[in-house]
Amino acid sequence: MAEEVSENRRDFLYVATAATGAIVTASAVWPLINQMNPSADVQALASIDVDLSAVAPGSQITVKWLGKPVFIRRRTKKEIEAARNVDLSELPDPIGRNDNRPGEPATDENRTLDESGEWLVMMGVCTHLGCVPLGNAGDFGGWFCPCHGSHYDTAGRIRKGPAPTNMPVPTAVLNGTTLTLG
Amino acid sequence: MAGIPHDRYEPRTKSEKWLHRRLPVIGLLYDTLMIPTPKNLNWMWIWGIILTFCLALQIITGVVLVMHYTPHVDHAFDSVEHIMRNVNGGWAMRYLHMNGASLFFVAVYMHIFRGLYYGSYKEPREVTWIIGMLIYLLMMGTAFMGYVLPWGQMSFWGATVITGLFGAIPGIGEVLQTWLLGGPAVDNYTLNRFFSLHYLLPFVIVGLVAVHIWAFHTTGNNNPTGVEVRRASKAEAQKDTVPFWPYYVIKDLFALAVILAVFVAIVGFMPNYLGHPDNYIEANPLATPAHIVPEWYFLPFYAVLRAITFDILFLDAKFLGVLAMFGAIAVMAIAPWLDTSSVRSGKYRPMFKVFFWLLVLDFLILTWAGSQPAEGIVPLVSLLGTIYWFAYFLIVLPLLGVIEKPLPQPETIEDDFDAHYPPDMKTDGTRSVGDAQATPAE
Repeated sequence: MAEEVSENRRDFLYVATAATGAIVTASAVWPLINQMNPSADVQALASIDVDLSAVAPGSQITVKWLGKPVFIRRRTKKEIEAARNVDLSELPDPIGRNDNRPGEPATDENRTLDESGEWLVMMGVCTHLGCVPLGNAGDFGGWFCPCHGSHYDTAGRIRKGPAPTNMPVPTAVLNGTTLTLG
Repeated sequence: MAGIPHDRYEPRTKSEKWLHRRLPVIGLLYDTLMIPTPKNLNWMWIWGIILTFCLALQIITGVVLVMHYTPHVDHAFDSVEHIMRNVNGGWAMRYLHMNGASLFFVAVYMHIFRGLYYGSYKEPREVTWIIGMLIYLLMMGTAFMGYVLPWGQMSFWGATVITGLFGAIPGIGEVLQTWLLGGPAVDNYTLNRFFSLHYLLPFVIVGLVAVHIWAFHTTGNNNPTGVEVRRASKAEAQKDTVPFWPYYVIKDLFALAVILAVFVAIVGFMPNYLGHPDNYIEANPLATPAHIVPEWYFLPFYAVLRAITFDILFLDAKFLGVLAMFGAIAVMAIAPWLDTSSVRSGKYRPMFKVFFWLLVLDFLILTWAGSQPAEGIVPLVSLLGTIYWFAYFLIVLPLLGVIEKPLPQPETIEDDFDAHYPPDMKTDGTRSVGDAQATPAE
């Protein structure tokens, strides 16, 4: 009986030592892994204001926000019409991807910032592997990603090619001619 | 250490004996260098030495380059130009390092396809093969991160695309990608960690190379017949082998000299032939080059990545492409368990030969497809090439072992050797190798 007890004690000591060792090792390794996550200055979400007074219809400006390009396009009547005439069933990605209207379907009205649909603001990053698509290009008159051949329409929705989703619209507020991102 | 019986190191002088009792390092070097090596090895067995040379070349030139390079987005591009223009002999160091990576990959592909043809991956050399595949993966990681350091347009956009691959993994993808990059996009924090790892990984490779050599010194080398060295006695083993030093060292050094003549010509006269001109434009996060291509040695797997353009069930094309790319390397790594044939060397497998050369052709076609813009016939070619790549490993290798009728193999390595160099040639002195070895034991 006494021997059995001491064996159990020994087993317990083995398990306890191993468990302590594992916890100590894990807590020593964690800072080494965590140091690779974004640092405080990177995490500090910057909010920027963009002056749009100089943007003429049919033109686009690109601003850098959080290390990535943001496309700000003032669309022409023709481009708005082309985007609004698309049936939802033709879209590979039927979700709007608009942070200002989460979960809404990908109609043109759900992608733009204003009622008339003149201002289209979105992350200028191809949803395939992160290249910057070229404006006024591709089979649908919107954007074309030169890396792997993704075609986007005039509302920035994916139409053809390997990209899985529409280009996302970031949180943005239009106030007169000033656009606030973030 | 080695399974083949041979003479071991015996310390002779007093100082050798003194050291041997305390640290048997001379014995380790001697036994490694004098390892009995099959005497019928052909020219495809030189690539190991070429690879060892490349590793040393990259480490030495790399250490020198770091003395002048600055890993910061504001200075990286300029510091590389500084190396090219101002540092004494800097252009040579950089061009050697840059083209050294290409030589490294030429050699590793030759080495891998050698192994695939002669069945070097088969029992009992599976561990050697797996370690080799790990080295190959580390080489790709190291080369990729090294290409980011000059901070040119291709550096930046290559890094964006490749780290984007990890973002495609469902669920954890985005967190993983941000963790790898250190922020929302490729930036200074990314450059710094890539620099750190680019310096570290080659030394990890050195460690794995030592284990790779240890593993095949334990099993003995494969050879073109795939027939094992006889190892019942030392006398028998000596009929099938010659010591690595001096026979193969001299042969390998000759091959190295020939290859270096070509290499140095490329470094001297056309150093940028294998590079991309866009990498001499400083990185610009707001403009993507019209056509992003990785370095040539990644092209076959890049073609596989782009081959999948359709969704299957709930998995989207982007993630499937990533799976296919990593899978293409994974199926190669598990080849020892997919190949069911009892015959090791492709030399005696008439049907295997056809499929093997188709695989080589497939590799070249995928290389081409990876270099082209993804339009027209290219996606279809990539898809067909990808299908054959997987079919070779997952269907052809398991099936051939069952349906193929192999040709007769020689009984021993000595028989194969004597068939090429008949024993009556012994008198003219061209073939005293086997004799010199066999005589003292008889």
